[in-house]
Amino acid sequence: MTDEEPNAIFRNEAETLVETLEERLLRLEATPGDADLIDAVFRDLHTLKGSGAMFGRHDVANFLHGFETAFEAVREGRAKVNEQLIAISLAAKDHIANLLSKPGADGGDAILNQLAVYLEGTPQTPQDSRLWHLTFKLAPDTLALGGRPEAIIDDLRSLGFRDIRALLGDVPPLSKIDPERLYISWEAWIDRDIGRDEILTAFLFHEDGLELTLAPPIEEATARDLEDPKPDSTRSPANGRGGALMRVPAERLDEMMDRVGELVIAEARLREAAARIGESGLSSIVEDISRLTSGMRETTMSVRMTPISAITGRFRRLAHDLAGKLGRHFDFVIEGEKTELDKTVVERLAEPLMHIIRNAADHGLEDPSLRSAAGKPATGTIRLEARYAGAEVLISLSDDGRGLDREAIRMRAVERGLIASSATLSDEEIFGLIFEPGFSTAAEVTDLSGRGVGMDVVRRTIDELRGTVEVSSEPGYGTSVSLRLPLTLAIIDGLLVDLAGERFVLPLAAVLEIVELPAEHGHPTSRNAFLDIRDTLVPFLRLRDLLESPGEPAPFQKVIVVSSADGRVGLVVDRIIGSNQTVIKQLSPLHSGLKLFSGATILGDGGVALILDIPQLVHRGRCLAERAQEAA
Amino acid sequence: MTIHPEDTDGNVDLVTFRLGGEICAVPASQLREVLEPVAMMRVPGAAEFVAGLINVRGTVVPLSDLRVPLGMPREPAGEHARIMVMDIPVSGQSCVVGILADAVHEVTRLDPEKCEQVPTVGARWPQRFVSAVGRWKGDLVTLPDLATIFEDFLDGFDGRTTLTGARRATKIQEPERA
Repeated sequence: MTDEEPNAIFRNEAETLVETLEERLLRLEATPGDADLIDAVFRDLHTLKGSGAMFGRHDVANFLHGFETAFEAVREGRAKVNEQLIAISLAAKDHIANLLSKPGADGGDAILNQLAVYLEGTPQTPQDSRLWHLTFKLAPDTLALGGRPEAIIDDLRSLGFRDIRALLGDVPPLSKIDPERLYISWEAWIDRDIGRDEILTAFLFHEDGLELTLAPPIEEATARDLEDPKPDSTRSPANGRGGALMRVPAERLDEMMDRVGELVIAEARLREAAARIGESGLSSIVEDISRLTSGMRETTMSVRMTPISAITGRFRRLAHDLAGKLGRHFDFVIEGEKTELDKTVVERLAEPLMHIIRNAADHGLEDPSLRSAAGKPATGTIRLEARYAGAEVLISLSDDGRGLDREAIRMRAVERGLIASSATLSDEEIFGLIFEPGFSTAAEVTDLSGRGVGMDVVRRTIDELRGTVEVSSEPGYGTSVSLRLPLTLAIIDGLLVDLAGERFVLPLAAVLEIVELPAEHGHPTSRNAFLDIRDTLVPFLRLRDLLESPGEPAPFQKVIVVSSADGRVGLVVDRIIGSNQTVIKQLSPLHSGLKLFSGATILGDGGVALILDIPQLVHRGRCLAERAQEAA
Repeated sequence: MTIHPEDTDGNVDLVTFRLGGEICAVPASQLREVLEPVAMMRVPGAAEFVAGLINVRGTVVPLSDLRVPLGMPREPAGEHARIMVMDIPVSGQSCVVGILADAVHEVTRLDPEKCEQVPTVGARWPQRFVSAVGRWKGDLVTLPDLATIFEDFLDGFDGRTTLTGARRATKIQEPERA
């Protein structure tokens, strides 16, 4: 064994720990009283110190000792978590990362000094944000008598109450609910001493049967949590990770996925061959192989699935740093961090999302004074949301800033010769211009953005991931960038369909149901393009038209109802062949411009089928329908 | 790769094939294999030049018809028709493409001395799509410039052409230099 090896192991481990440390510090900034989090930070530091010493990295160990001491004080309640501590800690974290790449790097003493000063001089600030707590319950017959609880809530809000929440504890099971009876009570908070009479003005005509309590502020709530730590025995196990983990080089996972892809195709060929031979002993073996293959596929995919949280730590840090550079605070909210995507997709998303966040903070959010003048909260919000939508993941990044300036974009596009000055463009087309290479409307280039590099990177990366980008914006209310991404780049469950003897695959995850096309719609010339499915009108598209299929439709066409961004849409096909595991093969550059297809696949009989991109298909269908209407 | 007669010190291995009544040749080094005709999946909306996809040993390969850019008459495939699977440089990376041929003849050595630049007048084909002409068994052999043919196709096809062939209204320019 050479000296290199243990060092590489140490660095690898340490880098992971440093990353989690950063993420925890940033979370701690948001919830300074979280004792578990403080413990976790302490443990990270302790582990790092221990392994640093073990691998002979005394520079790392010594620095961490000082850092750890500070957090010990926090853990024991002798010091409090505040922005200052987090800022010093983040700098300390950066220094550790620095030490890891450059042994003996300078700068540690200054940081340890700052920490020491902080520990000695922590001002025992009284709680500023004392909150009065209100709970109320209206008479159960309020609704029956025509009362409107929402009006009361509005009144309370105008009195200064905030965080108004419904308490649903008394709501009975659905079968026992009396729709005219009010089961809900509410709670709310206010940061001033408000008299009971003043509150009662909100409950005019609702005093009968009103139950109302107003509790004074709890003294030093967070401090008490800190000073009275729960005994260690009740906490989660030391590493909090649950189960043994193993680090595997990413290329091996990619290789494994390729092998599974080949296995799936070979399995389909085997099944076809067995069906031709028709021997029962063989068939049962084929059944086993099929089951194992699909199990293998699931496992391999799940190994590759990575939650978005793997990259959000970087975004929190970016937001923190941006706030510092821009000199204005904003809230950065992340929702749906547990949403999982293929590891490759998650990794490649980091860069485009950082660009969007930077743009939102720099161009989107206004200065507090401007915001206040516009009647908005002085602190802006940038929100990152991730959620599943059918076979896709929807990631949206929105800000509540000034919104995109249509006219400025237009003028800049005319200047650059991208559009004619007389062109009339829809919002969609105008917002699409910001993705052009080198496009920027920023009057001056700042340190952060405005060079016009960025949004074209966003579009290119998302295209390469077979996703789509959409921008929506409302002047004065903010901008939202939505990314739609496929869950995986490798294998999907597909539904194989037949159109004029040609086969196509639809992602099964988007399929809701399959119905027969009613005879009256059988002929392509029938005017209306809606189906009545259980009393709801569902628009449908004839794939024969969209895919320019030759010949006449089969007599009993089927409608595959899929979920799309515009709701349910039916897709008419000649015949359903069945479900199959679809190994996605990328189209070559010669065909990758055709947006209707997200790839191709090889079938059990050796034939090729194209994989349909449902959002694009629906979009194209809508365009065709609009054109047909204009022509009519 | 195109043939540059002046930069080779020996003979070049070429594969001769028949296409639209003409004899053509491509470098043997770019040829992977020759296949009997196989079932092609039509790609709706694709240009005639690359109208479909075929399965070549588990990979999906586009099938292209050189008769379209070269402006040759297109006849139905005869009994000698073959598909040449070739490595062609497309936008900076090697791309596997199937190319239709009416017949594939043989691998031959062509003396670079006898290869000529394409005459500027009297050429039946778009001049830029032909890298050289030579002689083989008394016949005129044309060496199509595959790289240029495919690059040209991609340039004209900006990836946003719709099924109905309508081009995007806005024109995209090169990014400005800061």
